[in-house]
Amino acid sequence: MDYFTISSNFLYASFIIYLIATFFFGATIRDKNRPHKKSKVGSIGFVITIIGFLSQVVYFITRWIASHHAPVSNMFEFMTFFGIMIVLAFIILYSIYRINLLGLFALPIAIIIIGYASVFPNEISPLVPSLKSHWLYIHVTTVSLGNAILSVSFIAGLIYLIRQIDQSVRSKKTFWLEFIMYSILSTVAFIAISTTYSAMGYTAEFEIPEVETTIEYNMPAIAAPNDSEMLTTDKMPPWFETPGWMNGVDAGRKFNSLVWSLLGGLVLYGLLRVILRKRIAAAIQPLLRRTKPDILDEVTYRSVTIGFPVFTLGGLIFAAIWAQEAWGRFWGWDPKEVWALITWLFYAGFLHLRLSRGWHGEKSAWLAVVGFAIIMFNLVVVNLVISGLHSYA
Amino acid sequence: MKNIKCDCGHVNPEGTVLCEACGKPIESNQHIDGNEKNKLLNMRYEGSARRSKTYNRTIVDKIWMFFSSVKVGVWLIILTLIASALGTLFPQEMYIPPAVDPAEHYRDEYGIIGQIYYQLGFHNLYSSWWYMLLVASIGVSLVICSIDRVVPLYRALKKQRPKRNSVFIKRQRYFAKTQDVSKQDVEKVVSQLKKKNYKIREEQGHILAEKGRFSRWGPYVNHIGLIIILIAALLRAHPFFFVEDYVWVREGETKIIPQTDQQYYIKNNDFIFEVYDENDERYGEAIEKTGEMIPSNFQTNAEIFKVKGEPLPGQDPELVKVNEGAIQVNKPLKVNDLAIYQSSYQLNEFQSMSFKLHLRDDENEESLGEFTFNMNDPKSEYDLGNGYRVVVDEYYPEFYMDDGVPDSKSKYPKDPAFIFFVYGPDIEEYEVNFLAVGTNLNPTEDNKYKLSITGVDMRDVTGLTLKRDHTLPLFMIGAIIFMIGVVQGMYWYHRRIWIHPKDGELWIAGHTNKNWYGLKRDLEKVLEDTKVEMPQDQQELK
Ligand code: HEM
Repeated sequence: MDYFTISSNFLYASFIIYLIATFFFGATIRDKNRPHKKSKVGSIGFVITIIGFLSQVVYFITRWIASHHAPVSNMFEFMTFFGIMIVLAFIILYSIYRINLLGLFALPIAIIIIGYASVFPNEISPLVPSLKSHWLYIHVTTVSLGNAILSVSFIAGLIYLIRQIDQSVRSKKTFWLEFIMYSILSTVAFIAISTTYSAMGYTAEFEIPEVETTIEYNMPAIAAPNDSEMLTTDKMPPWFETPGWMNGVDAGRKFNSLVWSLLGGLVLYGLLRVILRKRIAAAIQPLLRRTKPDILDEVTYRSVTIGFPVFTLGGLIFAAIWAQEAWGRFWGWDPKEVWALITWLFYAGFLHLRLSRGWHGEKSAWLAVVGFAIIMFNLVVVNLVISGLHSYA
Repeated sequence: MKNIKCDCGHVNPEGTVLCEACGKPIESNQHIDGNEKNKLLNMRYEGSARRSKTYNRTIVDKIWMFFSSVKVGVWLIILTLIASALGTLFPQEMYIPPAVDPAEHYRDEYGIIGQIYYQLGFHNLYSSWWYMLLVASIGVSLVICSIDRVVPLYRALKKQRPKRNSVFIKRQRYFAKTQDVSKQDVEKVVSQLKKKNYKIREEQGHILAEKGRFSRWGPYVNHIGLIIILIAALLRAHPFFFVEDYVWVREGETKIIPQTDQQYYIKNNDFIFEVYDENDERYGEAIEKTGEMIPSNFQTNAEIFKVKGEPLPGQDPELVKVNEGAIQVNKPLKVNDLAIYQSSYQLNEFQSMSFKLHLRDDENEESLGEFTFNMNDPKSEYDLGNGYRVVVDEYYPEFYMDDGVPDSKSKYPKDPAFIFFVYGPDIEEYEVNFLAVGTNLNPTEDNKYKLSITGVDMRDVTGLTLKRDHTLPLFMIGAIIFMIGVVQGMYWYHRRIWIHPKDGELWIAGHTNKNWYGLKRDLEKVLEDTKVEMPQDQQELK
């Protein structure tokens, strides 16, 4: 077996291992032991998580050997690495606080992120000259770790919100909480749909006469590219065209994926609502009764205090050093750089708000949610939509 | 100044909320930190006297108050954040194609929103005056708020005494009373505290155990780092600190390096452009998928020369080689304090073209005379001998047809074309030849002679960016100080535990600036196997 195959198998293995670990953490809810004390099932879950993490480390090393550069250079590698780092961040915070519920939420998020990564082409690709520097992986790995630790803040915040928000009445809060659930489900739907269609080998081609290019869709077209003609005849015709103000030849395909995930998310969400017969957060709430909100709030804050310096180092300082080497300017207001600055300013704001007592607890948890949204925006939207020097796909 | 004398005898500055020495709340100042509404004391700044909370009469006081407010600071941060985000909606002007008119570009590419974006100046947002004003206000706020707090905080921490006022103890977040605690138990607690690296101070049986006080200075250290970074950014406006320039050098050409007072020259010996092989076993699949060439290397092999002595006016200076090497994307070449970066290139520019004259209907095209047109040194006329000569009527370096009229897109010889007039002893007036690579369009069919291209010489051009940047060390120092500050403030914690004998009971209280969970674990460990009650969290979220 060559390194590339070994590496892919290990990644696949960790995916399964994390699923198993999630079940163990799930089982801790029924655990008779007092919360926050060591529970057996929880410890087993934690050991399994570490095995999964090590398996992913093997993926990383073997892929490095296969590609001759650190595997953090395209969207697939980058998202996968972010998934690994979320698990690492979870391991760090679990070792401090021993909260089993954190695993029940963190691992699925890591699984979804790894699943999302797998949607992108996974061949080994070469590095363009500006990326050839040790700073590439020094920078990318530290930013990812920083982002991941900050994401744990979101995970703890989410658990806090699900536990604390009053579900007996409908409110703005319950709406936004359901919106978070829906966003997560949309991502799951997107992964499922694109994996299914790519396994079926689905293709449909469109031609945009004005720029003389053809675009290949790997999912049925709900939204066709703007001003295009369908070349494939035996596939589902599009329902409508992507609006013209969306830019770039790939806008249609990306917009189509978005429409699919939003619709898919709606279907999943609807199904769950029908099965549960109440809000998703309301269904989860009783399971979280035994965790103390205080400790969740502490984790929300603590992960920001741990993650903020790491993020600053990787996302701003190392980034600047590398940019100085690669392009001769350490800061260039490239969208990716600006969004790193925005993330940093946001968490600086978070820390300063925390100085006043009123911003503990629920408000702080909402802020953690917004912070995660900013991080994901930078990882996904800025990479795929707002083009810049860092554009990965 | 109206000083305040506490019952314990300590004299506090005006505006003090909690006595610096014993922590007793000073009645008339409790509103300052909002203590009167709460069961617990606000310990953020140790109840020290801050200028911003004490004086509010003069205009200076008011400005000081404004900028030292954390609320204002957060607003400034949020506004900067939102502005920065808006700037990424569309590309900044520096990232749009250089040749286009920005007004049209934003309108055509992004429609009405693009037009508004442009008209509001968002296309140059990060150098706009109001963006800079925002950043500058953050700077001012940083300085003022830090000075406002650091001095009193320092005083309060220095003056604190182990023996505290009972009210202070009772109104801490972690607090417990225990009856009948034996001396041994207290000693055990103290020795456990020492084991955990707490520094112990004692005063009449009252004990203060403290650790990690230096972490309280973290925020101020990191703010200093930020201020240094902002100062470095300011200095960039001055050319002594920061200069940026650009030079194009053709292969074989030697050019003055700008910004060196014409003391240095650079010669481009070779420009190398390499792409990944699509048959590559490792990367082949990915290359095929993108369907484009993926570059693997841009490199200029260069030599650097210095002018020797004082060159005489009108004479070429004498050059001495001082350095040579390859300039690659991640590897600049240095000339004193100037760094030369590889930043663009132009492949296959024409260097020269050679032509010959022959009879139009001569199948062998036997040469009657030849000349070479050098793109660097174009002449207006070439003598071919035997009375034949060629006059250059028009030269289009980068030829294209503009509505049927020939024209040039640029002054760079990327696709040259010529209109030549051929004169000769047996030519009545002159014959017109219109030549471009691959074509010779003779406007009149009755030309007797014809010019043909016999050879072309091509070469690459490299685009180099030159930078002098003396602000880099300052940025680096600022960044390092910032990092030290955040790590100091975030990875260490200032924890204090007070042991307070009171009316036969043992009171115990704990405070930390963050990570309450850690303090709780310390307390659990320290009080293990003793009769002393574990303090309760009096502020638990429910
Ligand atoms: C981008 C700008 C800024 C950054 C990155 C920054 C960073 C920080 C950090 C990391 C902390 C430590 C927080 C903690 O330990 O929880 C801190 C504390 C603090 N900052 Fe800033 N800061 C910035 C701007 C400001 C501004 C404009 C103000 C002025 C109002 C300010 C006032 C404070 C104060 C009062 C503290 C708390 C000090 C203490 O705990 O004793 N900061 N800052």
